[in-house]
Amino acid sequence: MNPDNKNTLNLTSSPHIRSPETVSRIMWSVFFCLLPAGIISIYVFGLSTLWIIITAILAAVLTEYGCCIVQKKKITISDGSAVLTGLLLAYNLPPQSPLWMAFLGSFIAVLFGKALFGGLGFNIFNPALIGRVFLMASFPTLMTRWPAPFTVDAVIAPTPLAVFKDGFEGTNLFLDAEIIHYSYRDLFLGFRGGCIAEASILALLLGAAYLIYKRYISWHIPLSYIASVGIFAWVFSGTGLFKGDFILHILSGGLVLGAFYMATDYVTGPITKKGQLIFGVGCGVITSVIRLWGGYPEGVSYSILLMNTLTPLIDRFVLPRRFGQESKK
Amino acid sequence: MHGFEGGKHLTSFKGLTKDKPITPLPVPKQVVIPLSQHTGAICEVLVKEGDKVKTGTKIGQSPSFVSSCIHSSISGVVSEISDYSHPVLGLCKSIIIDSDGNDEHIALLTKRAQAESLSRDELLGIIKESGIVGLGGAAFPAQVKLNPPKPVDTLIINGVECEPYLTCDFRLMLEGTTGILNGIRLIQKMAKARQVFIGIEDDKPEAIKAMRNKIAALSLDMEVVSLPAKYPQGAEKQLIKAIVNREVPPAGLPFDIGVVVSNVGTALAIYEAVYFKKPLYERIVTVTGPLLKNPANLKVRLGTRFHELIEFCQPRTEQVAKIIMGGPMMGLAQFSDDVPVIKGTSGILLLPQDKNDKEKEQPCIRCGRCVDVCPMRMLPYIFSLFGQSKRYESAAEYNPADCMECGICTYVCPSKRRILEYIRLIKVVLK
Repeated sequence: MNPDNKNTLNLTSSPHIRSPETVSRIMWSVFFCLLPAGIISIYVFGLSTLWIIITAILAAVLTEYGCCIVQKKKITISDGSAVLTGLLLAYNLPPQSPLWMAFLGSFIAVLFGKALFGGLGFNIFNPALIGRVFLMASFPTLMTRWPAPFTVDAVIAPTPLAVFKDGFEGTNLFLDAEIIHYSYRDLFLGFRGGCIAEASILALLLGAAYLIYKRYISWHIPLSYIASVGIFAWVFSGTGLFKGDFILHILSGGLVLGAFYMATDYVTGPITKKGQLIFGVGCGVITSVIRLWGGYPEGVSYSILLMNTLTPLIDRFVLPRRFGQESKK
Repeated sequence: MHGFEGGKHLTSFKGLTKDKPITPLPVPKQVVIPLSQHTGAICEVLVKEGDKVKTGTKIGQSPSFVSSCIHSSISGVVSEISDYSHPVLGLCKSIIIDSDGNDEHIALLTKRAQAESLSRDELLGIIKESGIVGLGGAAFPAQVKLNPPKPVDTLIINGVECEPYLTCDFRLMLEGTTGILNGIRLIQKMAKARQVFIGIEDDKPEAIKAMRNKIAALSLDMEVVSLPAKYPQGAEKQLIKAIVNREVPPAGLPFDIGVVVSNVGTALAIYEAVYFKKPLYERIVTVTGPLLKNPANLKVRLGTRFHELIEFCQPRTEQVAKIIMGGPMMGLAQFSDDVPVIKGTSGILLLPQDKNDKEKEQPCIRCGRCVDVCPMRMLPYIFSLFGQSKRYESAAEYNPADCMECGICTYVCPSKRRILEYIRLIKVVLK
């Protein structure tokens, strides 16, 4: 070999090989796993849903671009995180929301949810949920106008949880299938009123199954989250203790979307598996409390945001047992 | 089989050389023998320029307890004693010997008649005089390791070879089975171990079969444990955990929990030293990588320069970006191909330019992959964050010294963060 090698050899330290996994590959995988639910939503609620999704993604990407320019950072659009935030924000809007609202929500999500904290990896709260709760607080009426499935004009259909809540406050009408209009099957397949991707649980689960299979997300948060909501509902949501319809609670609202796609956000959730279980149970309890006794019919967004604030604390104190050290018994 | 937590199955790339029988590299015209090739004190020179030496002549030793003597690997004349490039230390005082072309040995390989009846102390003396060190990579002097200060009940023989690309131990288990098993018996005698396990990963079924058959044929009391292939299973603490489910305490050594671990190559070297009076002057080196026409497992005289091995294996192009001593996970990138093979050289790996070497690291997204794979149950991402913000004191409470630098955290990081570099930095700063 030529003696020039002395000057050209690369001297980086070990390891000298890297896994092909990248941040953008992870983000785009999650993105594509979310698409089936969106497609079903377009089928159920009409083309307006598609425009909302496109607007929200566009707004997120533009905001990301603008923030990178102003903050003089490398443009980070290709990492896929802004696109994903836009998609998730759209999925959290009622179908037939005005496009300006989708745009505004995404703008707030990326700017206040992420960029102002320093960009991807430094944010405390799930950006899409920041956008959603901003819209909830600012435009409560628009955010709770639920069109009925398979209608083009905005016939207002009740969401299962809203019906449940009103019933609970009033008479003994709650949980009557005729009042709710939806069977478990409708709930599962997505033929009901609700946010865009609260629609098809089946489609959401298919995507989530792939993500778990590929180890992009782990089962710890979704399972502990959904299980604790189920148990809580079973115990407290019925006419007496242990008589609640936990299947309704699990299939309703944004729980499946939240548990598999929002609570599992890497940046804003705990890093150890033990911590993730605590996080999931915490989300489940807060969701249930809001659903049963709070002022809103739905509590998924707030529960995840509240648990986001606890993430640093959980990570600080839930540590793996040191190798070679006796466990404290 | 108990397994260990963390770790990850890696693409092995062993197919390049696993079917290549061990081939002797022609005896070189000149060798460079560094005075430090092991953990412990550097040797003092026993020869002077102009002295004639034979293959196997002792040319350096140290009075220190933890050290290992060195021998000439060819016959000829000591031409120079001076500083020379070293694959680990950068620069090291070395004895340069010109060959006389005869390769005349100190004693022809004659079987030591009374090998079976040697006492434990005699055995320890022989391996000390023969310069035997651990050949798995750490190069710890064998006479020290096999004379543990605490009683030991278990001997674990490491035939894992979990580093991708490397196949020297695999070939040894196929071609030197009897010698390895005899060496293991000697080690067992020295370590005074009651039970013996030989750990081999299940991606090497041929080696598992060869060892099991020979153990049965010789009716030895040893157990070959087949382990699911997962990096870093060959790391001492993980291998012990996987086989006997004991955890070496922090800052402790295997003998603290009654275990001694030794490598298959070391066992063979001990066998040859005891039965054939052969000091450690050669070893098997896997020379491999996508840039070689003929990757190979070579039997090489210590002190042979890397470029002689590389030329023998015919590099395809001049586009070599990296020359690594060892495997791709823990090996050391070399600044030159003009460095000698030393006792710890298990492989020479040539890699082309890799975009990851120059790519900027992205922010940690806290995905937790490094935490999931860390075999020491550490939180690697913490060190990359503290390291980057220079908060070294804050990192101290997360026990950076526990890290044995297997590199798996850095391998899996999707943000391409150089986590292990930060850990090394923090260790140095806190020392």
